[in-house]
Amino acid sequence: MSTPQLDPSTAAAQLDAHTVELVQWHFHESTGSPFWLEKKSQLKFDPLKEVKCFADLKKFPLFEDDWLRGGPVRRWVPKGLEGRPTYVFETGGTTGIPKSRVVIDDFRIDYELFSHTLPDQYFPKGANWLMLGPSGPRRLRLAVEHLCQYRGGISFCIDLDPRWVIKLIKLGWMEHLEAYKKHCIDQAITILTAGHDIKCMFTTPKLLEALAYGLAEKGTSIQECGITGIFSGGTEFTPQWTRFCVEELLSGPVEESGVYMTPTYGNTLMGLACSKPITADDDYKISYYAPQPRAVVEVVDFDDHNQLVPYGGTGRVKLYTMTKEFFVPGFLERDEGEREQPYEKYPWDGVSGVRPYHVIASQTTVGVY
Amino acid sequence: MLTIPAIRWGKPYKSLDNLEVIHFDTGEPIAKIAQVNGGMLQMDYRHAPRARQVLREIPSRELIERCKKAAHLFESAVLPMGDQTQSVDDFVHQQSASTGLPEHMCVNNMKKNAFVLANMDKILDSLTRGLDLDIFTRGYGEEGRGVTVSYQVQTPVLGAVLPNNSPGVHTLWLPAIALQIGLLLKPGSQEPWTPYRMVSAFMEAGIPPEAFGLYPGGHDVGGTLLTRCTRSMVFGGAQTVQQYEGNPRVQPHGPGFTKILIGDDVVDRWEDFLDLMVESVFSNSGRSCINCSAIWASRHTEAIAEALAERLGPVDVLPPQDPKAGLAAFTNKQMALGTWSMVQQDLSESGVIDKTAKFGERLVEKERCAYLRPVIAHANSPERAIAAKEYMFPFVTVVQSPQKDFVSKIGSTLVCTALTKDQGLIDQLTESTVVDRLNVGPIPTNRLNWLQPHEGNLIDFLFRSRAYQLADMG
Repeated sequence: MSTPQLDPSTAAAQLDAHTVELVQWHFHESTGSPFWLEKKSQLKFDPLKEVKCFADLKKFPLFEDDWLRGGPVRRWVPKGLEGRPTYVFETGGTTGIPKSRVVIDDFRIDYELFSHTLPDQYFPKGANWLMLGPSGPRRLRLAVEHLCQYRGGISFCIDLDPRWVIKLIKLGWMEHLEAYKKHCIDQAITILTAGHDIKCMFTTPKLLEALAYGLAEKGTSIQECGITGIFSGGTEFTPQWTRFCVEELLSGPVEESGVYMTPTYGNTLMGLACSKPITADDDYKISYYAPQPRAVVEVVDFDDHNQLVPYGGTGRVKLYTMTKEFFVPGFLERDEGEREQPYEKYPWDGVSGVRPYHVIASQTTVGVY
Repeated sequence: MLTIPAIRWGKPYKSLDNLEVIHFDTGEPIAKIAQVNGGMLQMDYRHAPRARQVLREIPSRELIERCKKAAHLFESAVLPMGDQTQSVDDFVHQQSASTGLPEHMCVNNMKKNAFVLANMDKILDSLTRGLDLDIFTRGYGEEGRGVTVSYQVQTPVLGAVLPNNSPGVHTLWLPAIALQIGLLLKPGSQEPWTPYRMVSAFMEAGIPPEAFGLYPGGHDVGGTLLTRCTRSMVFGGAQTVQQYEGNPRVQPHGPGFTKILIGDDVVDRWEDFLDLMVESVFSNSGRSCINCSAIWASRHTEAIAEALAERLGPVDVLPPQDPKAGLAAFTNKQMALGTWSMVQQDLSESGVIDKTAKFGERLVEKERCAYLRPVIAHANSPERAIAAKEYMFPFVTVVQSPQKDFVSKIGSTLVCTALTKDQGLIDQLTESTVVDRLNVGPIPTNRLNWLQPHEGNLIDFLFRSRAYQLADMG
């Protein structure tokens, strides 16, 4: 990987500098987006003068994702990027208006950075990929396809529409749900067994499970299909599920099976957080680290969202995004977890045990695809 | 603390996810139970045929003997349990502590399960109508009148999604082992005790471990089990029963709406049956589907309700260790509050009288749990909503109705005790398809004869009678 190794103090200084640079960009009349320039007039401080480090972002009110619902979508495009080809990616939207985020290059940059964290031994350069997951209005398909192309491969894509899946669940049409899942898995198995030399894939935990069962019924396995590297995300990973996946769906630990699986955590707002390598010795604990300084993950007190919990303590996941295309100065995710110590590869805080925030977990449909 | 693993075809599996089973009253943890996911069950199901194979290698007669030994071990021995051992006293304390059932009821349920297992030879003889059990092993055989019969096994294992808090229902899946069919069980989160102890007793008695799967976990485990197993049982509420009704792969067990009908010919001497009615309503704290939830008669109904209220109304909460304790706790306090709210709504309808009102508050709230003391209602017509209700505590409605309307209006009834000599009424009930178990005469609804089928014959569920013709190949 080419990410330079930093020490925590250098990483913190880099984050402070990046914060100041991006706040200047988003709130300067010549470069900022109409949305943030309008917001600036409502703030009780001048971000151009009073944000001098990352901690100063706490002066901003919390970002509300409802601001992303509805148009005009162009109000989010920074003036400094006007005229560039622009995408819009959506999240949510099973019912009502989805949240929209404009993107120009961020998805490519995020996934190129992620690419450098992947071990070439299991994600060989030039290998072809299978992207088995949501496409449609989401950025995932294009992002994975870019990741694959960036690594010199060609990506096959099987779509799954999560909005339809959620509707099926709400309607109680479980037979339709199973049929739809089977429809997706059948397509994936067809591609995997068609001689395309696919060695890497992205899929969600639920679809990875379903793929393993589908292959098992045909007397084969993910390992036997030639897959060596899997990056997975989109829904919650628990250590027990990860253990089950490694030991039983992927034919054993990577040293024995030759199949490497890396969980990721992220969304359209933030980008992609990588996980520390998972091991049996560590009871399959999953710790995520955001791609600082472009994004930051904090674990904050449930009641005081500006207060970090102690290391090992449990709190709400708070995200920050600071790219030239998008600015989120603190957003409370719908997740909770434990605050993790920095480590050499990622010399900044991480989060482990990510799961739906307990207060809203019972009210929402999670982990559907 | 006791840690209980999942059992995957006989092999213990320690999970990284564990659920604490807690004491209903103190909140103290009693045990940690491994939690697995539906995917694990799905993958393991591929090996289900092995469970039948290892059982078929042992003659049914021998399996029945081992069942008898298991029955003895179940109700008397110190058995392996997770990372520790479990005595009978441990079992009773643990089951009472997590389910809220008084300890003497736990003992009774244990004896009931052991009785069924110990009498497996008689039960199978009855359920198979005396067929040689080797016919089920071989798949075909001679019936005894020169007739070839064949029973085609429908599944290598019987699956069961077991209830949280009803230790009496486990008798239903026990015959599977003697029929050389494996068991794939999802234990209830508050009542893992009976399935785990029973499987431990089976293994100690020499039944091959590969015949057993115990998969504690969330809803996805239950869903996967019911999807994968070609024959399974599920225990739940009315909604669960409705969901699986008519599904030939699933036998749903839910509310019983069990009733006592008193014919016009004997109703004037209703007092002779008061003990029978009290037992039918009150046994096992009214939690079972075989507890009576409605008593129908054409006259004396108010007097019957008042007499029942005199007997049951004063019953109060006692500690679970007290041999006189008659009430089980609602370990989920919110469920008690919700149930009480529904009962109050039913009682508020015109034509309905709460005969237990004068015996004090029915809802008893504790810090972590709650109790509902017995409710005896009177309804002046079958049209009152309460006439068709069943709740998980000692609750009964005495319904005033002309005898001629009994059969047409009682609705689905798991156990019906008909107190009558009126052959016309008996005939009507015998012909009726809404009644499952029919007791003609003074038999409390909770007293089941295990030589009779329950909610369908298990043999018919697990095997299918089919043609099998043989000719000499020369």
